[in-house]
Amino acid sequence: MTNENRLNPEELVKYFKDKFKTKIKNAQIKKRAAGKKKNETATIWMKVDKGAFKELIKHLCDLQFPHLAVISGNDLGKTIELIYHFSINFGKRMEEINLNISVELPKSKPEIETICDWIPGALITEREKMEMLGVKIIGIPDNRRCFLPDDFPKGVYPWRRDETGPDKLYKNLHEVKK
Amino acid sequence: MKPVATTKTTYHIPIGPIHPALKEPVYFEFEIDGERIIDVDVKLGHVHRAIEWASRKRNPIQILYLAERICGICSYCHPIAFALAVESIADIQVPERAEYLRVIQGELERICSHILWAGVVAHEMGFDTVLYFTWQIRERALDLTEYLTGNRITKGITMIGGMRRDITKDMIPRIHKDLQYFKEYYKKLEKIFLNDKTIKMRSQGVGILTKEDALKFCAVGPTTRASGVKKDVRLGTSYFAYGDLDFDYITPDVLTGTINGDVFDRIVQRLLEINQSILLIEQCIDKMPSGEIVAEPNLSKLLAQLKKVNGEGIGRHEAPRGEVIHYVKLDGNESPYTWKVRAPTYNNILPWIPMLKGNQIADIPIVAASTDPCMSCTNRVAVVKDGNMYEMTKEELHCLSVEKTRRLMK
Repeated sequence: MTNENRLNPEELVKYFKDKFKTKIKNAQIKKRAAGKKKNETATIWMKVDKGAFKELIKHLCDLQFPHLAVISGNDLGKTIELIYHFSINFGKRMEEINLNISVELPKSKPEIETICDWIPGALITEREKMEMLGVKIIGIPDNRRCFLPDDFPKGVYPWRRDETGPDKLYKNLHEVKK
Repeated sequence: MKPVATTKTTYHIPIGPIHPALKEPVYFEFEIDGERIIDVDVKLGHVHRAIEWASRKRNPIQILYLAERICGICSYCHPIAFALAVESIADIQVPERAEYLRVIQGELERICSHILWAGVVAHEMGFDTVLYFTWQIRERALDLTEYLTGNRITKGITMIGGMRRDITKDMIPRIHKDLQYFKEYYKKLEKIFLNDKTIKMRSQGVGILTKEDALKFCAVGPTTRASGVKKDVRLGTSYFAYGDLDFDYITPDVLTGTINGDVFDRIVQRLLEINQSILLIEQCIDKMPSGEIVAEPNLSKLLAQLKKVNGEGIGRHEAPRGEVIHYVKLDGNESPYTWKVRAPTYNNILPWIPMLKGNQIADIPIVAASTDPCMSCTNRVAVVKDGNMYEMTKEELHCLSVEKTRRLMK
């Protein structure tokens, strides 16, 4: 946690590309300017293979302990996409970088390893992904529901857009006896 | 923590979902040994309203007003974070004047929120005169908000690509007058909170969050800064006009020389931030350039433009309680494909556990309130002891806290 390797956005992307080669796809840096002085802030987006994901988080933690803001998720039809929103390089003026790492999981086997062993603060957001998207987080220290009530039907995932989605819950209320 | 593993030495008390310190429903289960808290478990979701689901049938402009209703106190932070996300996807350049107006609204909201919080903390300790004193100042801040936006709470001032109302020349004297008032009363507030012996006795060394825990549990906002982590979206990144303004990271050692990460430090932190916000508004008024306040005033044109956009983006803003982050994915339809909202309290839940462990039952209200969780209203507590359940009302738990203050004063 004491590591303070501050890389600029270009160096950071290069560092991960050198380490993970083709396992990183669509890495891009977007910069946006604001105010009269047009100072810029960089946002990095990258997609990583499921197999290399945990390794990448470990490398990131070794480089500099990141702040995990939240994990967001999309149901993309055949796959489920998880996006881990990190911010790094905080503590100095206008040096903070937004780092968004996305992973795609096949719907047939939506499983991913937990990152709670590196970043304990990920627990609540990982629990949320389990109940909302039906993703299995392997090795999560606490697998209870977080936001959904205990009597919410099993096998229904509110963020899904397929047959496991919540449509029937609000369309035919008499069928689910709610 | 396993449920109902009652042994001879420890017992469990459930607190909530309706809770004395948090005006918003959160359920705690404490494992207690005598007066000491041994373990804490937190359950959430009692007010999960599926707002993100509701957004699937709305267009981005309608979502601004939906986002405003996520939280009554952060009613500016959520729409503005959503607007930032959409602007970054559609690459909309916000006019410079609007960037300054956005800072003024953000800081005014911070003043309202921090002063409200100072009153709540005083109330939890049993200093109700301070509660009325702080809320008197807040009333003035709300009046100013009404003067600038037309509303006290749900301001409806955000627009994608800018702001909806300008600050005209004739409004400036009133703003200066009110800022002067805040400065005067801020000094009194500082004197009350920093020099009072009882406040120190109640809050120093209580609810400690170490710097390491703050980083590990990804705490945000004043909670993490009071533990010495320099993390502030306003300073770390360049958005709105914050990049142009002259200000710096605040941690409690600026005033006290040390960082302990206890309740007292969180009080100091928020007080210092009130002062910082007053100075930021002053700077904005001085430096504000003239010009347009919105990139595209024609809303139908704006919506048509947003309909053509494909992509994803994030919007981050430093709300009074810490960073809010919105993730938006637009896919060329009228409504966004995904909208994910992360409010600051979400990240400040886990840090409660190290804060509360080892403290006393009477400290629960002030420790829980010290992270300034989002609020609504209060009620009762059920205490389970030796298998028999009896209820403690909100008033009783509050009395416990007040009694402890009185005890310390003797």
